[in-house]
Amino acid sequence: MAAPCHRGVSAGDDAVGTGTSFKRKVRGKFPAIPGTRPSVHNGQLLVSTGVPSLDHIIGGGLAVGTLLLIEEDTYGTYSHLLLKYFLAEGVISGHEVFVASANDDPTDTLQDLPAPLTDEILRQNDPKSTKEAFGHVEDSQDMMKIAWRYQNMPKMEALPILSSRFGHYYDLSKTMPLEMSAKSHRFFLPHVKPPNQKENVSEVTCNYNQLLEAIQRVVHQEGYDGSNPQKRPKTVLRVGIESLGSVLWGDDICSHERPENQHSLTRFLYALRGLLRTSLSVCVITVPTHLIQNEAITTRVRNLSDTVVGLESFIGSEMEANPLYKDYHGLLHVHQIPRLNSLISDVADTKDLAFKLKRKIFAIERLHLPPDLSDTVSRSSKQDLAGSAKLLSSGCGPAAGGQKHLDF
Amino acid sequence: MFPELNSLLGAGTDTVERGKFTLLCDSKTDGSFLVHHFLSYYLRAGCRVCFVALVQSFSHYSIVAQKLGVNLSSAKDEGQLVFLEGLRSYTDLLFGDNPEAEVTNPLCFLRAGSDLKPLYSFVSAALAPSAGQSWKCPVLILDDVSVLLSLGVPPLQLLDFMHYCRATVCTQYQGNVVCLVHGAEESGDEEKELLRRSLSHQSQVILWAEGLSSGFCKEVHGQLKIFRGAVSSGKKRGQTQPEIYQYKIQDKHVTFFARGLSAAVL
Repeated sequence: MAAPCHRGVSAGDDAVGTGTSFKRKVRGKFPAIPGTRPSVHNGQLLVSTGVPSLDHIIGGGLAVGTLLLIEEDTYGTYSHLLLKYFLAEGVISGHEVFVASANDDPTDTLQDLPAPLTDEILRQNDPKSTKEAFGHVEDSQDMMKIAWRYQNMPKMEALPILSSRFGHYYDLSKTMPLEMSAKSHRFFLPHVKPPNQKENVSEVTCNYNQLLEAIQRVVHQEGYDGSNPQKRPKTVLRVGIESLGSVLWGDDICSHERPENQHSLTRFLYALRGLLRTSLSVCVITVPTHLIQNEAITTRVRNLSDTVVGLESFIGSEMEANPLYKDYHGLLHVHQIPRLNSLISDVADTKDLAFKLKRKIFAIERLHLPPDLSDTVSRSSKQDLAGSAKLLSSGCGPAAGGQKHLDF
Repeated sequence: MFPELNSLLGAGTDTVERGKFTLLCDSKTDGSFLVHHFLSYYLRAGCRVCFVALVQSFSHYSIVAQKLGVNLSSAKDEGQLVFLEGLRSYTDLLFGDNPEAEVTNPLCFLRAGSDLKPLYSFVSAALAPSAGQSWKCPVLILDDVSVLLSLGVPPLQLLDFMHYCRATVCTQYQGNVVCLVHGAEESGDEEKELLRRSLSHQSQVILWAEGLSSGFCKEVHGQLKIFRGAVSSGKKRGQTQPEIYQYKIQDKHVTFFARGLSAAVL
């Protein structure tokens, strides 16, 4: 509860103070920012994506200064959710948030974030339950003296609202309490004034240009690029951009009528990459790649991002009925893991990953066959399983390997 | 610098071959480790290096080079290395408010939409021989030329640029050029494929890093094909078989081995 918080705050001081030699050497390069931790592999400062299992897959978290590209599932259900988790994590960690969209109003998105599942945070914000909690504490002190060691634990009120822990779980059935709001910047394309036509055409397409300028303004004004020594931010800027590359952004990358626009998206991404690398910010973009007809553009977009994951939901696809996938809601493809400050990247052991969504958890796990619990398994369903196992092309043992099933 | 790759290529830090154009390709994997190899190799060999880094920031290259035993910052200070950080130049170009700096920016062609002359003059100025230098030969390293395609440079202009660089650095200055191009077969990117084919036609050595066709493996990260001689010069194409090695990238070096002879299976 409070322990990680204290550790996070004092991490910077440990390096300076004498102390024992048994302490982990912490470089005093970054002041301890809540909600971040250094990577064990390359020392990069990481922030959580808001989904702990996704953090694990992409090498511990999202490195500050990098870009996570989420390739949307067909209806955008789960990718939109991942973006919300990312923003909610920013709100809880006290980071600054920048939301850009051409479809949903970012204000609505920010009001609709899932509530954190951390008990102490909820109690803090709900006066009724706080009272209950206090009553409960007093009662227990009167009644039982079993747990002596808990007497010295810090009281509930000592805890800050913002939690500096790395990664949280969220309850999708509740929305984030209104009192908890980070400093946020919004970019909603329909509300943005059209630019005066002084820019030349060979630049990034106008809408991307405006977005880029908006991000740059925030980064520069809030001092995330380190240009202003007086304004040293103690937080990270989280940029979330929804459905980049969709037609709503005025993007016509695949049209042959205006071939000069073909490079607008990649130019934008390159400039954004340059911005992120020189500032204390991190970005998540969802891109509807299934709408981009040109495979070449998709590859280029991937090459210009750092981490790339793709979502493939089962909604509306024939895989929904497949017994192999009955526990899951979709597949997650890891397309690219960045090599930051090292020759190697932290590639997970397995590439067969699936996700499932429950009320309190968005879990990404290794895809495996569900246990066969029924007593009388009909032959046909077993053959289905075998067929789908072949489709998965992973070694599944001899039992599901072929047509020959022995019925005893 | 990976000593094993040096011995495969027959190169040493004592003597550096001159006038060579080396093309690095990758498909289904990331070939950037080859760039790090050549950067640290030429710096160690005492060559004057111009490094056009379009993909990553300076700190990334610097930290990796440190692992390979080369200090980029001091090389930069001593004048051995000229480093062009593409990401920074491009953001300066977009958001900078100094019109004078814009003219001297090597990437200013991206704004004007003209040819790559500014970048070429930057390169040739950086590598021009000057009196009182103790460096061996000039070397130009380009990390990922295909980024320029993504930024909207037409492939023909890019090929012109590469030709100029080759003519100046390889022939006139008797130096070397190394450049990386991402492979594009599987994605059907015609521009990239055109670029790769044309450059491989001009190159003396091609190092091609490929992901394993059988998929991801923890112990073997890919295979490296080494083509020597002008590959597509008609006559030689059938004669020269590529040498194929498999490799595993570790924290500070890369081990190469013959196919199927990974330490994990022996």
